[in-house]
Parts: sequence; structure tokens; C-alpha cells
Amino acid sequence: MSTAVLEEKRPETPGRPPVINDFSIHVATANGSGSQSSNNILMRTIFQMGIPVSGKNLFPSNIQGLPTWFTIRASREGFIARRRDIGVLICMNPETAHEDVRTVAPGAAVIYEESLKLDGLRDDVFFYPVPFQKLVLELVHDGKLRRLAINMIYVGVAAWLLGLDMAEVEKAVGKQFKSKAAAVEINMKAIRGGLEWAEKKLTKRDPFRLERMNATAGKIIIEGNAAAAIGCMMAGVQFLSWYPITPSSSLAESLIDYAGRYRLDPETGKPSVSVVQAEDELAALGMVLGAGWAGARAMTTTSGPGISLMSEFTGLGYYAEVPAVIVDVQRVGPSTGLPTRTMQGDIMSTYNLSHGDAKHILLLPGSVQECYSMAIDAFDLAERFQTPVFLMSDLDLGMNNWMADPFPYPDKPLDRGKVLRTKEELEAHVAKFKEFARYRDVDGDGIPYRTLPGFIDVPSAAYFTRGSGHTDRATYTERGDDYKNNMDRLARKFETAKRHVPKPVVSDGTGSRLGLIAYGSSDFAVEEARSLLARKGIKTDYLRLRALPFTPETAAFIAGHDRVYVVDQNRDGQMFDLLRLEVGTDAQKLSSIRHYDGFPLDAETVVEGVEAGEKK
Amino acid sequence: MSSAAEPKAAPTNRTGLTVKEYGGLKSTLCVGCGHDVITRQITQALYEMSIPPYKVSKMSGIGCSSKTTAYFADRGHGFNAVHGRMPAVATGAAMVNPELVSIGVSGDGDTASIGAGQFVHLLRRNVPMVYIVENNGVYGLTKGQFSATADPGSKLKTGVVNDLPAIDLCAMAIELGCGYVARSFSGDMKQLVGLLKGALAHRGTSLLDVISPCVTFNNHDTSTKSYKWAKDHEIPIHEIGFIPYYEEISVDYDPGTTQDVTLHDGSHIRLKKLRADYDATDKRQAMGLLQESQEKQEFLTGLIYVEPTKKDFLELSGVGGDPIVKIPEARLRPEKKALDEIMESLK
Repeated sequence: MSTAVLEEKRPETPGRPPVINDFSIHVATANGSGSQSSNNILMRTIFQMGIPVSGKNLFPSNIQGLPTWFTIRASREGFIARRRDIGVLICMNPETAHEDVRTVAPGAAVIYEESLKLDGLRDDVFFYPVPFQKLVLELVHDGKLRRLAINMIYVGVAAWLLGLDMAEVEKAVGKQFKSKAAAVEINMKAIRGGLEWAEKKLTKRDPFRLERMNATAGKIIIEGNAAAAIGCMMAGVQFLSWYPITPSSSLAESLIDYAGRYRLDPETGKPSVSVVQAEDELAALGMVLGAGWAGARAMTTTSGPGISLMSEFTGLGYYAEVPAVIVDVQRVGPSTGLPTRTMQGDIMSTYNLSHGDAKHILLLPGSVQECYSMAIDAFDLAERFQTPVFLMSDLDLGMNNWMADPFPYPDKPLDRGKVLRTKEELEAHVAKFKEFARYRDVDGDGIPYRTLPGFIDVPSAAYFTRGSGHTDRATYTERGDDYKNNMDRLARKFETAKRHVPKPVVSDGTGSRLGLIAYGSSDFAVEEARSLLARKGIKTDYLRLRALPFTPETAAFIAGHDRVYVVDQNRDGQMFDLLRLEVGTDAQKLSSIRHYDGFPLDAETVVEGVEAGEKK
Repeated sequence: MSSAAEPKAAPTNRTGLTVKEYGGLKSTLCVGCGHDVITRQITQALYEMSIPPYKVSKMSGIGCSSKTTAYFADRGHGFNAVHGRMPAVATGAAMVNPELVSIGVSGDGDTASIGAGQFVHLLRRNVPMVYIVENNGVYGLTKGQFSATADPGSKLKTGVVNDLPAIDLCAMAIELGCGYVARSFSGDMKQLVGLLKGALAHRGTSLLDVISPCVTFNNHDTSTKSYKWAKDHEIPIHEIGFIPYYEEISVDYDPGTTQDVTLHDGSHIRLKKLRADYDATDKRQAMGLLQESQEKQEFLTGLIYVEPTKKDFLELSGVGGDPIVKIPEARLRPEKKALDEIMESLK
């Protein structure tokens, strides 16, 4: 079927203004039923039609059988955060069907398996019963393929209902199945079957439509974890140790995949990155510290429970001053505490992770582009400051699909920091500073020089690495003044870091006395909320944090506004609390907006938070 | 010889260094501690093997034993990790720079209790390193609690009796595929230095479980980890001879009484049998021997098991060529066309 024919036959909705390119499609299936391909095809088709889109997988901690949802948002204005109201529901899971129908917005379209008889549940939505089970028997002869192909039929029905361009559907199918002819043919047959059946049997009554735009040309779709993996690869990572944990595993797996293709040493053909799947997260970070100490760019990737296990080694890394990159793809709490849901839950605990005094550099990527660019920054900062650096992603950013401009090639060379690699470098250092003392601040920035094991055949090059009790010559001490000197230098080093971490992004041109502060994946919802608030006459300035420690811009932003709302995706307002400690008397200007139900933040939550605060 | 002769120059090894140049800081352990004897044998073995000391990477965890890496080879870097977690740190360093000669010193608490998990996985991976357990059956630094290698029935000075079975680190190592497993006694210096040289010549993890009495907390009459008990009960299974790779090897030995094993670097370890028909390359015999020694409460020492051709973790991981840590930056960051290709695939 050609696109042109479809355009002509596109059904019109009588008496109701059409909703074009501005709604969510929610697909409810059972985990393991093979709906992922269909959902990707739906999302990619919309993307290829030039309409800004995002796709989120709201999935259980389970391999097969439990309910799962995929939510696709099309937004002509380019807002790609989760949307609370659902415009189009595709109901494929009998177990959740009743609940799913109850949660959609009035006026929604509901496609469902006919035999579920859902149409009596509500009278304010448009029901489209489809005999999926019957259709799949007719369309697919191979019994083994039917379970998967049934999902393609809903793609076909949605194509009819929403006006998907079939040429783009076919292209998306080709991409999904990597142009394997047999798979493409079977799936296209099921999609066309669904579309043709719908054309004949259904009458469109709902207002939702998709129309071609030109807002996605040249863009990519990628998950944050894959973006971070590409960043790590481009940063020249040399060692990865990881322990499988949702939602970070796909980062390690992507990196292994990309490194296998692009990180074979041009001279030897051998991998230039070594990968170890560790026995646990303690070992993962231990290996990273060993590799970092030996001079390699080393990283691990984990989530909250792993961060807890890495606490002791993180402290050692901080005190022994060993570079390490730790990616924390944040999720909800311990054990069976919603391991597959999103949260900015580790901000406070990670900032001061470990015992004694410890504070760390945290990078806060707010998009897939920043997952990529900050992964590169993380390695540079870790080596520059000789310390563990955390890249704080989250499940929403890491595992969901986001549109982005293609990532630029890094414009700076790798920053390997203060390393004396050769005898000549060591001799020049000694000539300048009298001796090599591993933990001495000779430059006044708190950052000492280091040597690497096995590099320089000179007795004074070696030093002994240990915890917090050492002199500036790395010898053992329990003297109070030695300890204090070292602690003060570490604090000085942290001050220096404030000049090197990514600065916040500030939009303060509105002249409003009202400010918003947010970070990480909240950015999408906050930008949309600002637009919604502006329509209601509430103008807001906005500062998006991109790192801890705070840089001076943040205190200045708070000082320059009367009321500032801090958006956190956690119950306790972790960033809100850190900011209160940071800004002294200005703390009274701060209010906290908190979202913590495990789902990605939506704009309405932010709007409601601001409105509630402004009514007080 | 005249009495006014110049002081004799200290002998040097093949790298032109004296044994003193393999030394480290003065020990701060208790006088008479078995660990200090082991430190001296490590120093001696490194010297005799002519290993450049700056290539030595000294790894340890926490405990009395773990302090000792500061007491030898101070021209090499040392890393005092957290308690029980030295294997991970050693693994990371070894993977990126296999040119390092990695020597780990741990204790029975550090290895058999808090570090049991990491120890197991180190062995399973066959990470190239010498792993020495200075085993005294007690926690010394926290003042004398039982460790997991304490024998059942042994008593603390306070009279507390250990009711739990001892973990046999050698049996565990063999089970997990370790290719060089030895048991020794800090009082048997000749044997220990031979085993250490063999371990340095081996590629992969070598485990040396060395009984090293704690003179302060576990050297009393009712201890099975005391000097007296070990001296009275030690039964070497063979005498250790070591012929480094650079020395001419005599083929003149009786295979009936002597077993000759060629190690990774071409050195030979020659085991003069004191126990008839014991074959140190036979895993079943090795496990049987340990089982038997446990049943009879015998303290058997020597190279219990050796498998010199086992692949180490680097080989198994496909890492090779230049040490990863020495690959220049220009070869670490893929070219722009690689990134462009990836970006194109995501459109």
C-alpha cells in the first residue's frame, strides 16, 4: 500500500478538533511477550516522520509474565518527558486491561483484544476492539512466530488509526530486523494485515493523529547507557570491571560491544581495553583502583546497591588518590525495592560516600548528549584530580530512548593529569621541587604528582599506597599534624575542582523573581513545566545543575531570586538539602518539589509543585 | 688474607644489585614474629631471581601480614588495600600491566574470612601473581581472636576452644584450579626460598600457605600454629631444588626419586621425593594427600600441586600485545570516522 492511498483514506473525526502530534501512546503487554520490537517500530516510525518522540519502557523485575508498559510520546513542541495523560492505549495484557482502561484520559482511544470485552468499562473513551488472536491465525502460518507477530498487528492497527506513513513503517521494520529479508517479510505481512483489517472494519472516532513534520532530520535515537558507553570508549577507557545490575548492565554490555568493534589496537589487533566481569561490586571497584593506580583509565558501572558496596573502596580511592570512574545508573531502593524503576536516589549518599571525611565529584548528565560528553569529562577529571568521579545517570535516562543531535567528536585531547611517566620527567620534577613527594602540594592547587608502578627504574620513583594515614612523602604516620595537613590539602584539591567541573546551565532572561533548580533527567519535564507555567502567566528562571561540588553560579542564582523551587526525584529532597547547606541564610528562599513514585518525572508534577508554593 | 683488607664488596645479582637493595623499611612487628622470617625469604628470592625491584608490585590487605610489604623491595610500588580486598586491586593492576611482578602478602583472616570471596575468584581466574598467606590461625592486630584456619580443638591463651573446622587454603586452591600450590613453614627457610623462586618463575596465580606462628597470641602449648608444634610435626614431602632458567641444567637425576618440573620462564623446580611415589603434577594425589594429612593431623609441607602450563587470566581474556597501560593516547581514542559510523547507525 502506498502512502498516498493511505493519506487519502485517512479517517476524519467528526465534530472534534484533531489532536495532532501531541499525545502519548501507551502499550500494555506482558513481560517477555516480544513486544519490544513492535514498540520500537512504532517509535521509530514517528521519529522518521519528523515528529519529536521519546520511548520509555516501564518494566518489572522479571523475565516473563509480569505486566510491562511502553509509553511513546509524540510532541510537536519537542517535549519528550513522560506525559501523565495517555491518549492512545493499546491493551494486550488481559491481567492489567481493566486497570489500564481506567487510567487513560477521557477521550482516549483504546485498542484492545476483542475477547477482553472492555467496552463496558467506560463511556468517555473510544474503544476499538480487534480480534488479534483470530487475525494472527490467518496471517501467520508458523505457530512458533505467532506469539511475536501478534504485536505487529497492533502496529498495523495503530498505523491506520493514527496515520502512520507505511513507507516509514517498512523502513523501521528493516532497521529493527537489520534487513533480514524473511523477518521483514513476516512482520510486514502482520502489520499490513492489521492495517487492512482496521481499514475495513473500524471507523475512526478519536481525535489523535500523526502528521509529518521536519523536526527530527539528522537526529539520532539512543539510550543514555549506550551514549555513556560511546563516551567511555571515546575517552580511551582501558579497563572496565563490572557486576551485572539493572539498570546499568546495558552500559557495560554496549561498551563491550563497541569496544570489540572500535577499540582493537591498530598496531597489534588486540583489545586496548580489558574487561572483567567481577564477582561483586566490591571487587569491581577494587579492580578499577588497581588498574587506575597502575596508570590505566579505569571504570565500573553500577546502581545504588553496588554504590553501597563500593563505599569502603571509594574512601580508599579518595585518600590514596587513585583515579576511577564510577557510573551510577540510579534506581529505587535495596533488595527487591523496585529495581527496575527510576530515582535520583543516591545523590546525598554518593556525595559523601565512605567513612571519615569524604566528598566526591559527581557529574549530573541531563540528556543523552551529556551521558556521552560527561563520560569523557569524568575520565579527564578523575585523572586530573586523582580521585573517584561519579557519573550520576538514572534508569529513565539510561534505559529509555531519547532523541538527540549526533554526538560531536571530542575537541580536547585526553587530560591524563599530573603523572611522571619517565625518568626524564622525574628528574625535571626533582630539579624543580627538590624531591618527588607523592602527596605534596607543590603547585598550590592541592593536586600532587604521581608515578606509576614499573615505569621508572629509579629508587625514589616508588611510593607506598595506603589509606588516610600518610605523610606527604607517602610514609606511614599516625601523627595528628601529618593527618591534618593531608586532610586540608584534600579540601584544597576539592576547591580547585569547583573550577573544573561542568558549570550549571542558567536560563535567567525572564526577569522573574521565581527560580527553578533541577538536575539530571528532570530537565525534560522541567523545561516543559516552564512552558506550561508561562502559559498560565507564571514566568520562571531556571538553573540546571551539572555537577557537584556546587560552583559559584548556583549561590548567585539563588541570591538573585526571591523564591527558588528545587526539583528532586527522591522523597527527601536530597539536592534541596545539599543546597540548603550550601547557601546559608538564602536557604529560606528554597522550596522542594519531590517526585518519587518510581516513574519518570512529568511536567504536571512540577507545575503543581510551583502552583502550590505560589498560592501560600 | 691480611687483617687490613678492604671491606669485601657485597655480592650482586645479575642486575648488579645487592640483596640490601631489595630491602625495605624496618619491621614494626613483634620480636620473633614468623612474618619477618618470610619477609627475609621474599627479599632473598627476589634477589636470587634478579628481578628488577622497580618492576615489583607489592599488594596487601589489612592485618599484621599485610604490613610486611613495606619491609621489602622498597624500590617497587606498594598498595595496601582494604581488608580482604587485595585480590581485586592486584587483578586490576595485572590486567593493564602484566610486566609488573605482583607479590601479594595476606593473612589467614584477610584471606580465609573477610577476603574469602575475592581469594576464590583470584584463583579461579588465575591472575598472574604470587599470593602468600602468612597463616597463624589468629587475628593478631586485633589481639588474638580465632581465624578460619585455626584447627578444631586448638585453644586460645584465654582458654577458648575452636570448635569449627579449619579452611584448608591449599585444598581450596587446588579445587579452584590454581597451578602452583605450596605449603611451608616460616621456620623452614631453605624450603620457603625454593618455593618462592618457583612461584616467581610460574605464570598464573601461585599460592603459598606458610604457617607463621604468632609469638604474642598463638605460640602456646595448646596451639597447633606454634613454633614448637610446627617444628615437631613438619613433614616435608620433598626437598626443593631450584634451577633458574639461565643456568645449565644437569639431566643427571633419578626420576624414581626426583621429580623435575619445567616452569613458565624455563626454570626448573626439582623435587627430591621424601614420600615415595608422590607426583606433584597429579591433582588427585594432591587432594588425597591433603585429605590424609588432615585426618592424621600431619603438617605436610612442600610443593603440593603444580600445573605449569595453565593459561593465565590475560591469555584467557584475549589481552596481549603491549601492556594496555603503555598504549599511547593516540591509539586509545577511535578516529572520527568511527564515531560518525556509530552516529549514522543510530539515525
